[in-house]
Amino acid sequence: MIKAKNVVYEYQKYDEEGNVCETKRAVDGVELDVKKGDFVAILGHNGSGKSTLAKHINALLLPNDGEVWVAGMNTKEEAHVWDIRQSAGMVFQNPDNQIIGTVVEEDVGFGPENMGVPTEEIWTRVEEALKAVGMYKYRKHSPNRLSGGQKQRVAIAGVVAMHPQCIILDEPTAMLDPNGRKEVIRAVRALNIVEDMTVLLITHYMEEVVHADKVIVMDEGKVVMQGTPKEIFSRVEELKAYRLDVPQVTLLAYELKKKGLPLSDGILTIEELVNELCQLN
Amino acid sequence: MREITIGQFYPADSVLHRLDPRVKLVGTFAFLVSLFVGSGIVAYAIATVFLAIVIKLSKVPFKMIMKGLKAIIIVLLITVSFNLFLTDGEIIFKLGFLKITKEGVSIAFFMALRLIYLVIGASLMTLTTTPNDLTDGLESVLGPLKKIKVPVHEIAMMMSIALRFIPILMEETDRIMKAQKARGADFESGNLIDKAKAMVPLLVPLFISAFRRANDLAMAMEARCYRGGEGRTKMKPLHYEQRDRNAYMILVAYLVIMIVAGRIF
Repeated sequence: MIKAKNVVYEYQKYDEEGNVCETKRAVDGVELDVKKGDFVAILGHNGSGKSTLAKHINALLLPNDGEVWVAGMNTKEEAHVWDIRQSAGMVFQNPDNQIIGTVVEEDVGFGPENMGVPTEEIWTRVEEALKAVGMYKYRKHSPNRLSGGQKQRVAIAGVVAMHPQCIILDEPTAMLDPNGRKEVIRAVRALNIVEDMTVLLITHYMEEVVHADKVIVMDEGKVVMQGTPKEIFSRVEELKAYRLDVPQVTLLAYELKKKGLPLSDGILTIEELVNELCQLN
Repeated sequence: MREITIGQFYPADSVLHRLDPRVKLVGTFAFLVSLFVGSGIVAYAIATVFLAIVIKLSKVPFKMIMKGLKAIIIVLLITVSFNLFLTDGEIIFKLGFLKITKEGVSIAFFMALRLIYLVIGASLMTLTTTPNDLTDGLESVLGPLKKIKVPVHEIAMMMSIALRFIPILMEETDRIMKAQKARGADFESGNLIDKAKAMVPLLVPLFISAFRRANDLAMAMEARCYRGGEGRTKMKPLHYEQRDRNAYMILVAYLVIMIVAGRIF
């Protein structure tokens, strides 16, 4: 579905005369392979290059070196740009800055309108998309009156209405309160499970990646860890070195284990820990 | 700042609300033209009756419509006094260098009426049309201008985005103001110039944030396949109904009557 091969991207800083004075490698030789229906999470602290990588998948940025393929199309080929953007929908961080319409349903219809979908089909798509994220009853509302989590769900619906094959979420919960975060993650998981949508979630909240099929940890533009959430979270010390916080339960289990309790590695949820602790007696 | 009434929609269920926005745009324009074509007491009487009927049909409270006039009071006073005192003709009153003539009174009166009707006509349109309908209508009415390379779709898109971001930027202004007040900024005291000066440190962060938002929005629009007006379909296309055709007929009849009335009397 999504393939990245040795992707390199450099930001250039210019001095006052317009000469390049500094280049910063935001993405440095990243390999990525996401299969259809996968839920992949990319973790990393600020400035690790994860957002820059995300923009490559939507052809908003083109790699300086290496190649990115989306659904078999190379992002470097200009003829495919719109097809790529349609098959890999993108949701951004700030909910206010990505809603275009003044009414919820009109915003969701914006993508299909751009693609030239016939009017009747736009309406069915908008209805389906809003129902998929649980925002159908707000379709006539103004986006300005919605909460952050609701706005972000509208933004997701706006992408879903374009019928993409995969959806990339670039820190969709960074500006939300804990309730809003839950709402959005629930909607994303539903899309992944019910609609079999390929999901690429970029975040720095560890709790959100617990349900992912695969977790990729990035630091300084490089992929430093890869594996299932269980594998990743069992390496607590390493994660700390990359300035990432492990979920509280995992940390608790890890500390207990260090004190000598025979617990398994990479406990992710409270239920798991409770189960294991009960079996100790 | 929050009391900007221009373009404020008044939700109600009336014939005028249901009319196609194109009819209302063309209608408003026709009404404005009629005010300049028709002159004399009879023509203005007809215009008054027409306007009264439209106001009645719109179900918008008269008070709401009058609010729009507040904005032009100063312009109105200036126009009236200029016309009143500076028109030459048969003098009916004189005080020092000020003189009021018969012609002056009549010109000033009609000028004031014209201005008031203009504003009422325009605000009736915005009061009965949602901003979205208005931009859609504008895009469609101005469509022919595309042939002479006027970026009609882009202008309409800019208008609707501006409308969406007004409340967001208002909120932002509020937030920046509070943040600066918390650090001892003073927006209230002093004369007008002092107050204006205090606004400068407010505008700089506001502009920076607006540019950042614009950048984000442009990226989000591109990510959702926006590539200008070409090849776009409409979620809510405009359709003329029988009532719209009737409204056009009434408009034409009204315009003809106004022209005739202006010529004869």
